[in-house]
Amino acid sequence: MIVIEAKNLGKKYKIGERERYLALRDTLTFMIKHPFKWLRGKLADITGSGTNDYWALKDINFKVEKGEVLGIIGHNGAGKSTLLKILSQITPPTTGEIRLNGRAGSLLEVGTGFHPELTGRENIYLNGAILGMRKKEIEKKFDEIVEFSGIGEFLDTPVKRYSSGMYVRLAFSVAAHLEPDILIIDEVLAVGDAEFQKKCLGKMEEVTSKEGRTVLFVSHNMNAVRSLCHKAILLNKGVIERYGDCNEVVDAYIAGHQQKNLVYSPSAPMERNGIVLSGAQLFFEGDELNNGKELTFKAKIELKKGQKFAASLFVYRGEELAFLASNFHDCPMNEELKPGNYELVFTIPPYLLNPGFHSLGLVISDHTGNMAQLLNVMNVIQFDLSDDGARRNSRYQLGWSGAVSPLLKTKIICLD
Amino acid sequence: MNEVRLLLVFFMEIIIRPKNKWWQIDWKELWLFRDLFYFLSWRDIKVKYKQTIVGVLWAVFKPIATMIVFTIFFGKFAKMPSDGIPYPIFVYTGLLFWNLFATSLSDISGTFVSNERIITKVYFPRIILPVSSIITNFVDFLIAAVILIGMMIVYGYTPSLTGILLLPVFIIMTVLAALGVGLLFGSLDVKYRDIRYVLPFFMQILIFITPVIYPVSIVSERFRWILGLNPMAGVIDAVRAGILGVKEIDWLLLGVSAICLLVYCVVGYVFFKKVERYFADVI
Repeated sequence: MIVIEAKNLGKKYKIGERERYLALRDTLTFMIKHPFKWLRGKLADITGSGTNDYWALKDINFKVEKGEVLGIIGHNGAGKSTLLKILSQITPPTTGEIRLNGRAGSLLEVGTGFHPELTGRENIYLNGAILGMRKKEIEKKFDEIVEFSGIGEFLDTPVKRYSSGMYVRLAFSVAAHLEPDILIIDEVLAVGDAEFQKKCLGKMEEVTSKEGRTVLFVSHNMNAVRSLCHKAILLNKGVIERYGDCNEVVDAYIAGHQQKNLVYSPSAPMERNGIVLSGAQLFFEGDELNNGKELTFKAKIELKKGQKFAASLFVYRGEELAFLASNFHDCPMNEELKPGNYELVFTIPPYLLNPGFHSLGLVISDHTGNMAQLLNVMNVIQFDLSDDGARRNSRYQLGWSGAVSPLLKTKIICLD
Repeated sequence: MNEVRLLLVFFMEIIIRPKNKWWQIDWKELWLFRDLFYFLSWRDIKVKYKQTIVGVLWAVFKPIATMIVFTIFFGKFAKMPSDGIPYPIFVYTGLLFWNLFATSLSDISGTFVSNERIITKVYFPRIILPVSSIITNFVDFLIAAVILIGMMIVYGYTPSLTGILLLPVFIIMTVLAALGVGLLFGSLDVKYRDIRYVLPFFMQILIFITPVIYPVSIVSERFRWILGLNPMAGVIDAVRAGILGVKEIDWLLLGVSAICLLVYCVVGYVFFKKVERYFADVI
């Protein structure tokens, strides 16, 4: 049985207008100062002949059978989020239509609508209802949710007192117990510690394989896509570049992806929640990029409004997360930053990364208490790190195992 | 069993298309989301009355303090007429309904922007947000109404039968007026963020063209119905007449208010519907 059918789906945005609000004051001044320009703009809107349009998605066609798990992959800005937003009815398509057979539940973010003043128990009910669960369903699942999250004795504590780990665990537990016929999941697994991530992946596998639920899954984690999905769609610049067996599509994506990319300068800067990532670059001394160099990652962001945030750098080696660095401990982020342009700088010391193909991702999260993700851009920078040979000798020439290969101080002490 | 399941699936078919017609209200869908409505209202009440005593005291303090100030300045010094009703109870009756209207209106106007995180991440019928934000204000209204009952006992007023029967109608009219105007402001607020600075000014003007501190009788009978263009004028006048039981309800004024109210509601709703589906793109 076909559960999801998308026909000729398209979504058009106006450049500059997307996710940006206006001031009535400015619009009125513009209207009075340039009445003809304003009229022409209005006319272009009505006739749809605006030159400032771009298609975030175009000619998207696909069908999903009941019980199928479909992965959606692609570069940043390929249209994945837009597709999910249309599927979850958050934003309407400009052309085409989608038929959904059954109740769809979307998980574009964990902890949506958590209220810091309310206790864990109260938030389970509130968040459950926001995600589309009925009261009875939540009551039935309540104990399971609490047990899965492991927050136990803090159940009746307001969540503003939770650590960020506890917060995320509780949020994901509610989400993991959602039981719609069609589950739509965005990159939500990039949160929480490794152990909890594993638990979540396990839970998702259980949900998809045992219960035969239809799932649409967006991720940059190719291992997760490979292990969970049957089929996949590779999006590129708003159109489907490849659609078919999951492994083939993932291979195609990786093949087209493993190229050096030390500068990130998007044509349409990504803006989320009032934060714009306008560019990023990886700096190092000399010509050769090897593990003996100190690497400096610099990202330029613009704040549209005052924010208290924390920035995290995700360092992937191949498809695995090697480590994640954050400035939670580095204090300036405890103050609210005024609107304006900022540069985020992360310095990776020499001899930390293990030679191989790396990619860097940037996550900016709210630091006012609920740690919600404000901006999440994976694969900002990709590079192949070579080995400078400093710790080689004539005997060992093979690669090192492990996510990182730091140069540790070693000693052999004779105890006799 | 199988047949039932099939029927259920058929029932759940959802079609996502570029545009829905504004006059289509999907009652079925609203019914499906009734629990969300309950929990959103419950959240607002929980958060507001977390410190129970402070919450209740504030709900009582605000209208009483306003009443005292108005009584001193408008009643005593400015000698504002009050149709022979003692000024404190006269102004309190007006304030009680005015506050329900004004606080609901300002909450509704801000509700889309303040719930932007939910709007951009989850689908639900957006109309739930403004409607649920009325509930806490209604609780405040009930608490403040207890004071009015006390004052009526002290001053010796008994409501007329029509007044008691029409009380739910007055409350519904107040809430609908707030909803109609609030939806308009709320939808505009999503697109133009400086609307929020216009609203307090608008409210300040509005309280003076609403018969809160003065009776409608200061306007000659021939032109009185014009006041009805402001829905709260009809409601507050009828509340004073009916609940305090002092005179006959001015049906013409109330009728004009009711018609205007419906017009505002339709305008607000149409406006809201026009921008509703694009909220997530704009916010």
